[in-house]
Amino acid sequence: MTATATTGTDVRLTGISKTYGSFTAVHPLDLSVPAGSFFALLGASGCGKTTTLRMIAGLEDPTTGTVELAGKDVSGLPPYKRPVNTVFQNYALFPHLDIYENVAFGLRRRGIKSVKKQVDEMLDLVQLGDLAHRKPQQLSGGQQQRVAVARALINHPQVLLLDEPLGALDLKLRRQMQLELKRIQTEVGITFIHVTHDQEEAMTMADTVAVMNAGRVEQLGAPADLYETPRTTFVANFLGTSNLLTADVLGTAGDDILLRVGDTKLTLPATRCTATARTGEKLLVGIRPEKITLTHADDAGTVADGRNSVRGRIAQSSFTGVSTQYLVDSPAGTGLCVYEQNIERDSRLVPGAEVVLHWNPGHSFGLDAAQNVEAGTDVEAEGAG
Amino acid sequence: MTTTDLPPVAPAATPEAARRTRRVPYWLLLPGILWLLVFFVAPLVYQASTSVQTGSLEEGFEVTWHVATYADALSEYYPQFLRSVGYAATATALCLLLGYPLAYLIAFRAGRWRNVLMVLVIAPFFTSFLIRTLAWKTILSDGGPVVAALDALHVLSLTDALGVTEGHRVLATPLAVVCGLTYNFLPFMILPLYTSLERIDGRLHEAAHDLYARPVTAFRKVTLPLSMPGVVAGTLLTFIPATGDYINAELLGSTDQKMIGNVIQSQFLRVLDYPTAAALSFLLMAVILAMVTVYIRKSGTEDVV
Amino acid sequence: MAPHSRVARALRRNLVVIAGLGTLAYLLLPNVIVTVFSFNKPNGRFNYAWQRFSTDAWTDPCGVADLCGSLSLSLWIALWATVGATVLGTLIAFALARHRFRGRSSVSTLIFLPMAMPEVVMAASLATLFLNMGVSFGFWTVLIAHITFCLSFVVTAVKARVMSMDPRLEQAAQDLYATPLQTFLKVTLPIAAPGIAAGALLSFALSFDDFIITNFNSGSTVTFPMYVWGSAQRGTPVQINVIGTAMFAVAVLCVLVAQLAGRRRKRS
Repeated sequence: MTATATTGTDVRLTGISKTYGSFTAVHPLDLSVPAGSFFALLGASGCGKTTTLRMIAGLEDPTTGTVELAGKDVSGLPPYKRPVNTVFQNYALFPHLDIYENVAFGLRRRGIKSVKKQVDEMLDLVQLGDLAHRKPQQLSGGQQQRVAVARALINHPQVLLLDEPLGALDLKLRRQMQLELKRIQTEVGITFIHVTHDQEEAMTMADTVAVMNAGRVEQLGAPADLYETPRTTFVANFLGTSNLLTADVLGTAGDDILLRVGDTKLTLPATRCTATARTGEKLLVGIRPEKITLTHADDAGTVADGRNSVRGRIAQSSFTGVSTQYLVDSPAGTGLCVYEQNIERDSRLVPGAEVVLHWNPGHSFGLDAAQNVEAGTDVEAEGAG
Repeated sequence: MTTTDLPPVAPAATPEAARRTRRVPYWLLLPGILWLLVFFVAPLVYQASTSVQTGSLEEGFEVTWHVATYADALSEYYPQFLRSVGYAATATALCLLLGYPLAYLIAFRAGRWRNVLMVLVIAPFFTSFLIRTLAWKTILSDGGPVVAALDALHVLSLTDALGVTEGHRVLATPLAVVCGLTYNFLPFMILPLYTSLERIDGRLHEAAHDLYARPVTAFRKVTLPLSMPGVVAGTLLTFIPATGDYINAELLGSTDQKMIGNVIQSQFLRVLDYPTAAALSFLLMAVILAMVTVYIRKSGTEDVV
Repeated sequence: MAPHSRVARALRRNLVVIAGLGTLAYLLLPNVIVTVFSFNKPNGRFNYAWQRFSTDAWTDPCGVADLCGSLSLSLWIALWATVGATVLGTLIAFALARHRFRGRSSVSTLIFLPMAMPEVVMAASLATLFLNMGVSFGFWTVLIAHITFCLSFVVTAVKARVMSMDPRLEQAAQDLYATPLQTFLKVTLPIAAPGIAAGALLSFALSFDDFIITNFNSGSTVTFPMYVWGSAQRGTPVQINVIGTAMFAVAVLCVLVAQLAGRRRKRS
């Protein structure tokens, strides 16, 4: 017990699920969140991430399963008896109380009489000291957001739950608040569980991300691992963009799997493949757009040996500043997406040009072909409820 | 996400607490609903039974299922029924005609005067409506400036010819009663109209103008359809009480302008013929219910078109 | 451009303003008359025609028999009817706005009916009940009648307010260690307060000004509207206008003060 207090598991969900009538919002789910970590639940709207969060807070009764906080089963406890606090979507600041009283609310409910020092300190932490006697509706979105964080953190919860806390802010402010939340989390060292539909936000802030889809956790891991080695097409498409090619397995050579897409032969390191590759069957090969290099067909000879290469023709190009994005049609697949850094722009790379796409086989990944290739591509990213 | 469409039920952590939470609404409802059952539903039941009783005040009343009371009441008092519906409908139409510009003015054109105008619309409520209705007696009095002006403009000759006034006077004529009804229920038209107009995004007007709609067309195709909920609510809030009203007919009309409310009142309080009063009440309710149902159906389809 | 066509154009553009102000004049004209005639010194019993200026009625507002008695009775009845209707109505409103239960739509219908029914029907039916029960008419029957018809208006006002309240506020309170009772007292009730106040004010105004239902259920008890009604037959004392004017002035003053206070609070 003593060991878990600092390094062990803070939140453990065991077989937790939630159904409403015939609709299953969350399928039985096991999840452990290490103490002191910044954990993100990422998914599209309706995937069950907020329901999961609300079950931890006690705002929703799980249909099955238990919630443990620091080794203690709290499943039967009402929200006001759980040592967790929530930053609500749209903040839910009490409109009839000023900022000071909003922040002091939790302390007062626990019968703490002298709250001034703590409230002042907390308002300083979120840099709102001089607005203490304003009403919430007189504050900007970003300020309200910080009040919501202060109001929760002042109680020194075991875990801080954040439900789409940045959803109502504009892009620039969102970036700023991402860094600020990260700073606060490092400063106070409390476990944060953050629900978001924004994959960039999840990857920027969290140590560990759980990608949820249709009431299930698809994959859990560090942001870089999820990005580089997605294990399902949903994760591959939902986190960033992936080109997924359906390939025939020709066999193996050493540590590599030999594949054929159309008339092109490709290799894939076996360690980069999460599915079992059987000769004669299909496999999905994924490659991120920024890992692909584009070379004009006239210079095809300059492509180094050992790289996978595919011929194609540029269908579309768009300049985005940092990079140029190309859509390339090839026998291996149409509409392959390629991002090229705008360092030395080859003026021949215009729509209609014949090109070679090539990449390091170690940058691609293999997935089970018995999945929907389109999963996670067009999920609406609105973070409702 | 998944939770927004669900009922806002207070969270309950244990089955025991859940059971207690489930019982809460019934405890909240108990006193008020009991009150309404005893003092609203039970009276209606009593009245229903009274309407099929016969007897007299001296010998007592008895339920004899004398349904003929309804037929008798209707055949004797159908002029008052027709008059009530006619006056109420006219007053409602006038309220809409007069109230719409004012509601529109407050919603879109008043600027910083909006609150002041709202106060001025509601303020008359604070003076007893009977006192204000009596003031119309002064305003419309025979020698008064209003009648003199109307007479000079030959309006009264016209209205006399139409039968809404009589003998070059306004008091004790249908015009006076309708004028009083319109006045009394005008705020009930303006407030719902204002509420629905105020919700309309001002940019919709700009969009309509941008899309080649002239002001009148923009009003007909955008503003008016969007304010229909207010129109429907306002007409109902005006028409229903106006049909049952008897104050205006009593204070501003003569015996020729008696409405059904006057009949119910005198049957109940003066003649003490309770069965007839009860039957008339139910007939009035039935008439209003029928008209309101038809109206809601109609306006519902208009909404779609 | 010819000046008259410019005038015509300005007129046309401001047609709705002119029409709206016309309606406002129609609405306020009787109040002007009431005020002006509170300074009248009529010949005879009726105060319908202007004779000459006098402040007699203002210096002696209770100078006519029973007038101030009926006024204070009306205020008492309105006060208690407001208390009763607000308590009962608020409870129902909370049940409807915050809970799902069986029979919810029947309850909604039951609340809606009294508002959708002509007053005279409700008045007659309630009087029928009292007659059948052998209850003697008076203060209590009037109070019961007033609570009954004010109830629905309170429910509507409070329910609208509670429904528009973000349920997350109550969840936030629970999340911040407030027990259900504390949540209700510290969050739900303060936020619902404007709705409750609106319902209470409406009740007070409706009860104070009610004539039809009172007329059927008052017996020999004379409320202020009953007094005015009677005076329309017997003779209208100028004091009626004085009270009408005073009520109007006090109400408008209250609203203005409340608005000014609200604006100052917003600025600071």
